[in-house]
Amino acid sequence: MRKVAIYGKGGIGKSTTTQNTVAALAEMGKKVMVVGCDPKADSTRLLLHGLAQKTVLDTLREEGEDVELDDIRKSGYGGSLCTESGGPEPGVGCAGRGIITSINLLEQLGAYAESNALDYVFYDVLGDVVCGGFAMPIREGKAQEIYIVCSGEMMAMYAANNICKGIVKFAEAGGVRLGGIICNSRKVDNEKEMIAEFAKRLGTQMIHFVPRDNDVQRAEIRKMTVIDWNPKCVQADEYRQLARSIDANEMFVVPKPMDIPQLEQLLLDFGVLEVAA
Amino acid sequence: MLLRHTPTEILERSALTINPAKTCQPIGAMYAALGIHGCLPHSHGSQGCCSYHRSTLTRHYKEPVMAATSSFTEGSSVFGGQANLLQAIENMFSVYDPQVIAVHTTCLSETIGDDIPQIVDKARADGKIPAGRHVIHANTPSYVGSHVTGFANMAKGIVDYLAGGDDLPKNKQQLNLIPGWVEPADMRELKRLTRLMGFDPITFPDTSDVLDAPQTGKHAFYPKGGVTPAQMARTGASIATIALGPTTAGPAARALENKCNVAAHVLGLPIGLRATDRFIAELRKLNGGFVPPEVLDERGRLLDMITDMHQYFYQKRVALWGDPDQLVALSEFFLDLDMTPAYIVTGTPGKKFLARIAEVLGEQIRATQVRQGPQADMFLLHQWIKNKPVDLLMGNTYGKYIARDENTPFVRHGFPILDRVGHADFPTVGYRGALRLLEMILNIFMDRQDRNAPEESFELVM
Repeated sequence: MRKVAIYGKGGIGKSTTTQNTVAALAEMGKKVMVVGCDPKADSTRLLLHGLAQKTVLDTLREEGEDVELDDIRKSGYGGSLCTESGGPEPGVGCAGRGIITSINLLEQLGAYAESNALDYVFYDVLGDVVCGGFAMPIREGKAQEIYIVCSGEMMAMYAANNICKGIVKFAEAGGVRLGGIICNSRKVDNEKEMIAEFAKRLGTQMIHFVPRDNDVQRAEIRKMTVIDWNPKCVQADEYRQLARSIDANEMFVVPKPMDIPQLEQLLLDFGVLEVAA
Repeated sequence: MLLRHTPTEILERSALTINPAKTCQPIGAMYAALGIHGCLPHSHGSQGCCSYHRSTLTRHYKEPVMAATSSFTEGSSVFGGQANLLQAIENMFSVYDPQVIAVHTTCLSETIGDDIPQIVDKARADGKIPAGRHVIHANTPSYVGSHVTGFANMAKGIVDYLAGGDDLPKNKQQLNLIPGWVEPADMRELKRLTRLMGFDPITFPDTSDVLDAPQTGKHAFYPKGGVTPAQMARTGASIATIALGPTTAGPAARALENKCNVAAHVLGLPIGLRATDRFIAELRKLNGGFVPPEVLDERGRLLDMITDMHQYFYQKRVALWGDPDQLVALSEFFLDLDMTPAYIVTGTPGKKFLARIAEVLGEQIRATQVRQGPQADMFLLHQWIKNKPVDLLMGNTYGKYIARDENTPFVRHGFPILDRVGHADFPTVGYRGALRLLEMILNIFMDRQDRNAPEESFELVM
């Protein structure tokens, strides 16, 4: 069983990319579980065709410690298993603690047990790793590989670089490694080359360049992944390719985060100079 | 030799604290809250916090300490403690019928960011707070400050929520008296002196007759002592506020000045001769220049003992640890006795302390080692003593290990005292309190002299 955590700047498309990739893996015949680690609990919406999920923490609040796995795990597209941590309403409580509680509870309930015969577990984590709770999925014994979703936009790259700093800390203590950067294109100039170079500087790879395609939006409106909605469209193949790349990936590294001047220079080299010329 | 592993060689530490000279904020908040009549302190956090604070207060005061808790569970940590606190407020008013609930926070509820005023407003809107009853609060994260900070925060909370009456006509006899963190007996003594000086004090927090309540054969869930909300509502009519202890009482006095326009007079704790002189002098300025003969006589008796027994005090080295307001007052007193405050240690942060202690010590500062902050702990104090011994240890119970290992006379003073009695019953403030301090110090010095004297110089008369 491979445990994978997806990180990246808020709004970059982590949940969309994760679910589309999971759909592709499921289509390949893989048994996949998705653990949504966002208080908004929208990490499995496309796989489940809507927000049909009762979250782990809602269940814990209503039923106390006496929670059954079936209460919180639903079957989605292609036999994928979907759980949502959930969390407090905005502005109260501690969402970070919620993730810790929820992941512990899933373990106690045997969600990862051999009997489930899982090939993959995907943790889809809230944008910024703002506190220890959001790093729970990459603690020792949890996810071993991380993919960062990024675009050629400056802030997305800043965030990705910051996430790498966090990974270094956990990588030194445990086994977690960076598997690559997924570029979710925003149609920035020179984007593919820049992110490929960015990934290289971080000591990793751009595992796939997902082009921008409105079919993603069309599928999302229908509460579906692209593969589910229209398996024949071009974008579906992009996610299939991403899934194959992840499945075949053997490059797992401790990243080398860049310092800010280096990062800014990279942006200048690939963005501004192009325009100046 | 329980502390045999303490090395004599002192190495600068950057992180480790060993046997800290401070404790947790909510203990102070809980103690201050008990100085309100009919008050049930409430700890907004997990059960263990509340148990620790209650039991430490009980061990020090030898009295039951009632307090409630929000009993956080895993769920409350994630979703916030609002539901628990709302339920708790309802339960407390229906089961224990307090006049006031004083909520203090804990590390957990502070870190997850529970907003107590918002929750209390909701409780009020939901009709959970009966008419004429009060819910007050103070923020007391233990990773900030110390137990002293917690006391100061709750004393200020009492003002923020309960003080009023600035529209009332001024009453020349009425004075607000904010004792710092002192014993119930000290609070009683301060009230007595203030009355002798011609005032009718509103004292808060006032734990006399709460934590030293007499045994009557009948249990009173809320003992008779403590300031009442009705008294607090008149504090604005007082001619002045006297705050004793800048660290513990200062913030409340200044809050009252801002809220009700009552001039704040912030003094040091009146422990010892000169500090009590300043307290009496301040009252004298406010009462038209009058000091009653009883007070002058008490001062004279203290002065008499200081001079009679000077030979026993002269050049004795003393190590002090504890809370800033006490340390400043004791240091000054020891200098007046011609003793040498050799080592001073407090875990309570606050830069004003170092400035004030330097002011008090003056030239003497060169002979004194003062340390404040995380590495100012009992371990360092012991190391200093191992390098150069002292004649007297003075501080809370945690000094007993050093006293035993170093075979040094030890007078207990401060918080907590877990292994002796009397501290809650006999004051150490004012002139009479200073006499008691001298008695305790002399007894232990003279016992030691008797014990160690060779037969030929064993004295009948001392």
